Amino acid sequence: MTEMVIAKKIRKRFGDTEVLHGLDLTVQAGEVVCLIGPSGSGKSTLLRCINHLERPNGGTVTVNGELVGVVRKKSGLTPMRPAQLSKQRTDIGMVFQSFNLFAHKTALENVALAPRLARRESREEAVRRAEKLLAQVGLAAFHNSYPAEMSGGQQQRVAIARALAMLPKVMLFDEPTSALDPELVGEVLDVIRTLARHGMTMIIATHELSFARDVADRVVFMDAGQIVESGPAREVLAQPREERTRAFLSRIL
Amino acid sequence: MQPKLTNPEADRSERVSPVDDDDVITPPGRVRRLLRAQTPAHWAVSAVLVLIGIQMAISVARNSNFQWDVVGDYMFSRPILTGLARTLELTAISAVVGYALGALLAVMNLSGAYLPAAVSRAFVWFFRGTPLLVQLLFWFNLGALYRSISVGVPFGGPTFFSVDSNSVITPFTAAILGLGLNAGAYFSEVVRAGILSIHHGQVEAASALGLSRTQTLRTVIMPQAMRVIIPPGFNEIIGMLKYSSMVSVLAVPELLYTAELIYARTFQTIPMLIVASIWYLILTTILSIVQHYIEKHFGKGFRNPKVSDRAGDRATAYQLEGPPEGERMLGGESGGNR
Ligand SMILES: Nc1ncnc2c1ncn2[C@@H]1O[C@H](COP(=O)(O)OP(=O)(O)O)[C@@H](O)[C@H]1O
Ligand SMILES: [Mg+2]
Repeated sequence: MTEMVIAKKIRKRFGDTEVLHGLDLTVQAGEVVCLIGPSGSGKSTLLRCINHLERPNGGTVTVNGELVGVVRKKSGLTPMRPAQLSKQRTDIGMVFQSFNLFAHKTALENVALAPRLARRESREEAVRRAEKLLAQVGLAAFHNSYPAEMSGGQQQRVAIARALAMLPKVMLFDEPTSALDPELVGEVLDVIRTLARHGMTMIIATHELSFARDVADRVVFMDAGQIVESGPAREVLAQPREERTRAFLSRIL
Repeated sequence: MQPKLTNPEADRSERVSPVDDDDVITPPGRVRRLLRAQTPAHWAVSAVLVLIGIQMAISVARNSNFQWDVVGDYMFSRPILTGLARTLELTAISAVVGYALGALLAVMNLSGAYLPAAVSRAFVWFFRGTPLLVQLLFWFNLGALYRSISVGVPFGGPTFFSVDSNSVITPFTAAILGLGLNAGAYFSEVVRAGILSIHHGQVEAASALGLSRTQTLRTVIMPQAMRVIIPPGFNEIIGMLKYSSMVSVLAVPELLYTAELIYARTFQTIPMLIVASIWYLILTTILSIVQHYIEKHFGKGFRNPKVSDRAGDRATAYQLEGPPEGERMLGGESGGNR
């Protein structure tokens, strides 16, 4: 097995408060890791440090063998040029809690935009793959719909297709179903399950424990900016070793 | 699709059971809705307004002091049309200069880089803070301050070229400088408001996809900001159309100054002012129509708030008839925007 994502000693401060206290997380290629933990525990911040939407104050992230966001010089690590970081981000797909679809673009344009701009694909190529991806997430009939015309579940599926269009090596999901009405959660989780079956490497912050049990190779429980416990889904969710994990699970169930 | 419209009054009297499985809510027609909203007080006020309107129209048309025949004679006369062209030219050039400069200043202001932001703020501070008239006169008299304008390396370096101020600063270039720079200062705040209106998530999504900052600005931020920029932006352009008459102090023969020149000779002051005003109104009307279509273009994908309490009526009508051409009700079941 090869390591797809290695986060080492990640520290992140906002102002004077440190919210990540030196986290270590390694994700193998093809592995699905679910991040669980109370709100405010730092799940989003960790995911955002991986693609450098937030710059960590300490530690390094390596994706597919490449340091993310920094270059190693004789004097130590220095931030890389924005263009270089943008290029690295094309390998890291991200799906947000609030979808963040481009409001002025149709579903098809949303999916086809970044491949054309950031991967320099031809219009035809980008559109062809966008059509295929929209069909795969069950939205073939919605090419020309604007985000505001779609339900939350549909928007989130477009957002997943949009991230997949960059042919990422790893996908980050930040509570992809937390903004959805209960009856729309299933359709989004189904898409993610399919991705898991196809061997996509994924890190998923979620509150859907039964989904995590199903899909995750490993569950990581975070609390107060630290990883408290990590292991196979069945163990962490069914027989947690740590008291904090147990307390969290009993609260959420 | 033509809806099955039934007369609601007739329906009501015929129906025996108040609740029927195929009860159809028929939206009232436009005129009926308008009339229904009128109370006796509305009627009274409307009647008074109509009477006043008629009275004013008659007095304006009958009063020979307005000299409508002179208005007619000069409306399409050569000097007036030339002045009109000048006004259009001034407005168009300063609008383009103003918008480009304004966009640049707004981006500088929001760049997060200290020096560009400071320069942008200082520019806006100065050009918003001094009267346009003073700025125009200042540019016009630049020759008195600087004999020549040169481009070169300071502190004794080589000079690439140098020109005589008085040959470059014609009344027209002074007018463009004055109007354009002033417009830039105002536009920059309009553009800045547009950019600030964009939800941060849009920018994050673009960054996460690997778009560069320029690409994000060009394809994600600006197209959406335009929706917010257009209404006040057109306000500025329409304002500029009329501020352009201020360059009459530089003796640039634009529309108003041309009219002034004519009445200085013929003493037909009122009709010439009317001629100019009618043209300003026509231009403003055209700009408003253009604005409407541009707004529609940049409004794609967005739902505008319906402020009127008739929104409910309209929504019902949409469900039954489908939205009228080009005006779609968006959303409906958006699960994510809460
Ligand atoms: N941009 C920010 N500025 C200041 N504090 C932040 C910011 N983002 C997150 N935080 C803080 O960091 C902590 C972790 O937040 P987050 O990563 O969003 O947790 P989670 O996703 O697990 O709910 C919280 O205490 C939150 O208030
Ligand atoms: Mg979160």
